[in-house]
Amino acid sequence: MITLTEQPFDPGALLTAFSRGRQETGAIATFTGLARAERGATTTLELEAYPGFTEKEIGKIAGEAMDRFSLDDFQIVHRIGAIAPGEAIVFVATAATHRRAAFEACDFLMDYLKSRAPFWKKESGPDGTRWIEPRAQDHADIARWETQET
Amino acid sequence: MARVLLFGRLSDIAGWRSREVEAGSIAALRALLSEDEGLAEALAAPGVQVALDQAIVRGDAALSRGSEVAFLPPMSGG
Repeated sequence: MITLTEQPFDPGALLTAFSRGRQETGAIATFTGLARAERGATTTLELEAYPGFTEKEIGKIAGEAMDRFSLDDFQIVHRIGAIAPGEAIVFVATAATHRRAAFEACDFLMDYLKSRAPFWKKESGPDGTRWIEPRAQDHADIARWETQET
Repeated sequence: MARVLLFGRLSDIAGWRSREVEAGSIAALRALLSEDEGLAEALAAPGVQVALDQAIVRGDAALSRGSEVAFLPPMSGG
């Protein structure tokens, strides 16, 4: 399931709901990304999406993750709009029979979301605003999955 | 008439987010948008992709009535 929301969410509650009622899943991995204050340099983070397109593009990569890691299920929740430091921006959960697949799929989905998913991120603070683009590290992170077969 | 959408820094540079433009192709549309020099430079920057009716296209493509063209600067989520 993929959800874009303008409302703050509770990662713990999402994990509880995601874990419920599973008889064959042996492993659930989750990742929660939080907005950083950057020692006062960032007071607000703004996330923009392209409604319809963003969900569709994430859906393609999530389908790839389902196949590649033989997942039982996944959930992605991503904030859009204005986000305060300390709030969760993104939640990814993956369910699989065994832990390695769950960990790797969660890592794979996050690497994708950081540099390929259709979101645009703007930081505002006392020194003005700036658009955030993927760092070299983000590109290197996603490249790992293109060269390595699991 | 095509609907043009700008995302991320592109809409800040242009000062608009969505506009109806009369153009028969993406190339013609780019030429019209390039009357704004700041936007022309931003659209030509590396990593800017184009989506036609919510599918990424490379190079030129014909536009029809009601086409939606989105200019997408480098993406960053999470």
